[in-house]
Amino acid sequence: MSKIKNAFSGGKAFIAFITCGDPDLETTKEAVKAAASNGADLIELGIPFSDPTAEGPVIQGANLRALNGGVTTDKIFDFVVDLRKEVSVPMVFMTYANVVYSYGAEEFIGKCREIGIDGLILPDLPFEEKEEFNDICVKNNVDLISLIAPTSENRISMIAKEASGFIYIVSSLGVTGTRSSITTDLDSIIELVRKSTDTPCAIGFGISTPEQAAKFSAKADGVIVGSAIIKLLEKYGKEAPKYVGEYVHSMKAAM
Amino acid sequence: MTNAKGRFGIHGGQYIPETLMNAVIQLEEAYNHYKEDPEFNRELTELLNEYAGRPSRLYYAEKMTKDLGGAKIYLKREDLNHTGSHKINNVLGQALLAKKMGKTRLIAETGAGQHGVATATAAALMGMECVVYMGEEDTKRQALNVYKMKLLGATVIPVTTGTATLKDAVSEAMREWTSRIDDTHYCLGSVMGPHPFPTIVRDLQAVISKEIKAQLQEKEGRLPDAVIACVGGGSNAMGSFYNFIEDKSVRLIGCEAAGRGIDTFETAATINTGKLGIFHGMKSYFCQDKYGQIAPVYSISAGLDYPGIGPEHAFLHDSGRAEYVAITDDEAVNAFEYLSRIEGIIPAIESSHAVAYAMKLAPTMDKDKIIVITISGRGDKDCAAIARYRGDKTISDNE
Repeated sequence: MSKIKNAFSGGKAFIAFITCGDPDLETTKEAVKAAASNGADLIELGIPFSDPTAEGPVIQGANLRALNGGVTTDKIFDFVVDLRKEVSVPMVFMTYANVVYSYGAEEFIGKCREIGIDGLILPDLPFEEKEEFNDICVKNNVDLISLIAPTSENRISMIAKEASGFIYIVSSLGVTGTRSSITTDLDSIIELVRKSTDTPCAIGFGISTPEQAAKFSAKADGVIVGSAIIKLLEKYGKEAPKYVGEYVHSMKAAM
Repeated sequence: MTNAKGRFGIHGGQYIPETLMNAVIQLEEAYNHYKEDPEFNRELTELLNEYAGRPSRLYYAEKMTKDLGGAKIYLKREDLNHTGSHKINNVLGQALLAKKMGKTRLIAETGAGQHGVATATAAALMGMECVVYMGEEDTKRQALNVYKMKLLGATVIPVTTGTATLKDAVSEAMREWTSRIDDTHYCLGSVMGPHPFPTIVRDLQAVISKEIKAQLQEKEGRLPDAVIACVGGGSNAMGSFYNFIEDKSVRLIGCEAAGRGIDTFETAATINTGKLGIFHGMKSYFCQDKYGQIAPVYSISAGLDYPGIGPEHAFLHDSGRAEYVAITDDEAVNAFEYLSRIEGIIPAIESSHAVAYAMKLAPTMDKDKIIVITISGRGDKDCAAIARYRGDKTISDNE
């Protein structure tokens, strides 16, 4: 069990996603600090990938800006060492299987433990394929986060039973991005999850407004917000951390 | 330990978002059911024969054989199929399967446009909606095929992300599939992606090697000594190799696109320059940097301009059963012109990569040896681009 449970110990958790190196690592650091000091309970740090197939246009843009800015996996590891001196909330990496695999899963996940990363989210690694990474994660006390989608149906219990850290409930079909409405029957999904596990669950994909934060945090143990924060980074660049802080504050206040 | 499902050695698997898992599981179940179903097979065979024009010819290229002065050369004429390439073999099977599954909409990626045209054709025939994702760069290189798809009633969506080529078209089609699964089948065009696609597409393309084997038996009373095909994702090559895998005397040779050379960054030769990775649903070889970022590959051929290769090819490479050679743009263009002049057959620029290797190999072999080259498609679509490559102004469009 990693530190991730701490994120859910003080009521509903607000989980903020920020792509490392968008537009540069200094800005990422200030944005993470602003999010944490304004109530974010867990930070999802995105390691950019050239071809992020689970992302909508907003986070695709962040990946592109970060890679064009020259960020690499090694630079991000060094950056987290530095960041950990000032930020104590649990942090997880969100990236794609190839970023971990090409680095060497043992090396990558060992490094996570060493620098204080508590979990790993790989959206292109479903239940059937998790073993080759999960065994290494368990050994290193890094939680490999499981995802459950609106189409999971008969797979929900199977996934939930083996979940660790927290469960990422994908609110809608499709890719990441803000949505005006979410129509999935999340109550039924969460009911099935609760029957199978005590692992907390957080809802992500499409959440951007305080009203949505209030509504969906009432259903689950937390909410995950990515694209709405990335839009601020896209719009304000180096000036974004201040706006990220204000935004996180408004979301957290609504929960 | 990894999931044993859909593995070819260590390659393959199902590296896709959870949202798509039930869709691929249902597809696998449906495929396993229908592939044994006599009625399904009867319908498919009728479509392949009556509509697509199978079996395709195995043509003895006598002039080419004499000119090269070595092994006897046969051409497997997939270019003569309806829609002009081998792609129709796969598409008719998948569209029929999708229809049996109750799907009403087909989506597809396309590089050169041949798979897109084939999918649009099958959709028109079966009364299904069709949306094709195509890199914006490729919509320019292959404008004729874009028009054909529209003419056939499909919607063509130019993809502007990344390198705006085949890889990005696949990514966008996958994104679209995660957003609309109920009524939509993703008609993947090559032996790649998550299980069960590499197996389904291979089985549907295996008709190529099944026919070669029977046709050559009839003409020569024996097996070929080498089978040569071009490889992007690798569907025509997999189809050409499959029924010869157990015949160890037959050399299986896949021709990758070297672009401007495998010692440059402007290449798409995955086996020759790539390393092991996980992308687009599969573990296989990919062109990538040391941090696993997928490389912006290049080839003159839009159909081979892809940074990965199907997992079964990766396995045939590992086991040494098949060889993978790299052919440059220049060599492919020379072969495109050579086959046109010597046999009066204009091959697709993709297939020209296979012709180019045969031109090197045949003279080194004895006259009693036999080479089969799969001509995966016809070259009409490439004439404008090759003319431009040569600085020929005959086709004076405004591109």
